[in-house]
Amino acid sequence: MSQPLIEMKNVSFQYEYTQVLKNISLKVEEGDFLAILGPNGSGKSTLLKILLGLLKPMSGEVKLFGQSNETFAHREWIGYVSQKSNAFNSGFPATVEEVVKSGLTKKIGLFKRMPKDAKILAKEALASVGMEDFSSRNIGQLSGGQQQRVFIARALISNPKILILDEPTVGIDHENVQSFYDMLAKLNEEQNKTIILVTHDVDTVSNRISHVACLNQTIHFHGFKEEFESISQTELENWYGHAVRKIH
Amino acid sequence: MIEALLNYEFLQNAFFSGLIIGIIAPLLGVFIVVRRMSLIADALSHVTLAGIAGSLYISQTFSAFALLNPIYLGIVASVSGSILIERLRRLYKHYEELAIPIIMSGGIGLSAIFVSLASGFNTDLMSYLFGSVSAVSRQDLWVIIAIAIVVFIFLFLFFKEMFVLSFDEEYANASGLPAKWIHFIFMIVVALVIAASMRIVGILLVSSLITLPVACSMRIAKGFKQTILFSILFGEAAVIIGLVSAYYLNLAPGGTIVVTSIIILLIVIVAKKIVLKAMQKGEQVQ
Repeated sequence: MSQPLIEMKNVSFQYEYTQVLKNISLKVEEGDFLAILGPNGSGKSTLLKILLGLLKPMSGEVKLFGQSNETFAHREWIGYVSQKSNAFNSGFPATVEEVVKSGLTKKIGLFKRMPKDAKILAKEALASVGMEDFSSRNIGQLSGGQQQRVFIARALISNPKILILDEPTVGIDHENVQSFYDMLAKLNEEQNKTIILVTHDVDTVSNRISHVACLNQTIHFHGFKEEFESISQTELENWYGHAVRKIH
Repeated sequence: MIEALLNYEFLQNAFFSGLIIGIIAPLLGVFIVVRRMSLIADALSHVTLAGIAGSLYISQTFSAFALLNPIYLGIVASVSGSILIERLRRLYKHYEELAIPIIMSGGIGLSAIFVSLASGFNTDLMSYLFGSVSAVSRQDLWVIIAIAIVVFIFLFLFFKEMFVLSFDEEYANASGLPAKWIHFIFMIVVALVIAASMRIVGILLVSSLITLPVACSMRIAKGFKQTILFSILFGEAAVIIGLVSAYYLNLAPGGTIVVTSIIILLIVIVAKKIVLKAMQKGEQVQ
């Protein structure tokens, strides 16, 4: 079996006196479409920050593509889509194309100009999220769901191997959530992108995912979606401390 | 005026300085405005005033410094102010805007002390407050050219990083950009531009040349590059119309430039409304 793309072993983290993550062990294999479910305050954002190298775990080990997180030199292999609602200024005067092209910034490197083919790459990235007709619109004129797709295109333009999405369905109308997941599943199947998404909303997680991990300080469950579906309601409530519904 | 421009060095100094500032102030202004830092520019200009007042006091008191150009201490004050603002913003993480009144009142306070120490100033101070057509020296022009070169080098090197940082700071951090450093250099470049602009528009009006052309441009531009281009065009228009009218009407150019900018802004706002209404009507007819 090939090595996992992401491997966390016994990772713990605490802010001052509050334990946020306890003994997290998690493996993500190439081609997985994983949803990490956790209520507010379950440590989701902290987990993501550790994966992205923004926070150092207090103990434990994180490996990305087999390399230690601290020395990992290929951040561009990981495309990150932050939670839309608080991340950007919606009145920002930029076109969709400009926003998508900015996803190349890190890959191009400091002191270098945008390459000529950035326009073509932006077009391709927009096409794979179904937004190719919007490239000359100002980003502020789009709906929440459309903006989210543009941000995914911004992550895709540098051709990452893993896509990490933080609460991707916040701000998307309920009826558009399904087509949003279809789009992600297509990226997962056709472009072989490994996808990790983090959400508090069990209801919005679709049947298009392959794996589920239940997080509340620690990982209570990690396995195939089918196994997740066989978990009893009481057990879920035990983990999360309140009633949750299953995936439809 | 063209004949006078060819004949008088002071007019050349003022005019060329104005043209340069008309480019660099709105150019950086776009980044300042979209990052919601307009008030920081204001605070820095007041700190610059403290440097200038200090310099004027020193040259009045110590004859060895009688010919000291106040722009240098102005630059020192402005750059130190920008560093202090950054420190304070980090100290009061949840009240970042607190840094602005602290630095601003500090700047005005120090200026007031220097002014009273020197027991009042001559017309010189007025020219620093509201700008002047006649007070720009050749030396000032060289300093302004040097600052413009710094601005162009900065944006040549960091344009794409500045775009990411301005659009979405969290994403900039997450993608591993040296966001902190780029922001720090940016603040210093802003401080330099503020010190450069004060010679023409005056301390009290510096931030207007940074924000007003951008405000006009954002009403009509599509995309980021166009916003920058239109901002510079509006900035240049305001500087040229403002300087020419200041010269003929014998007014402080700071005033004429700002009033011109505001008139342009009003025209843009009204024109856009009219165009939008006409378009809506057109759609209804169809």
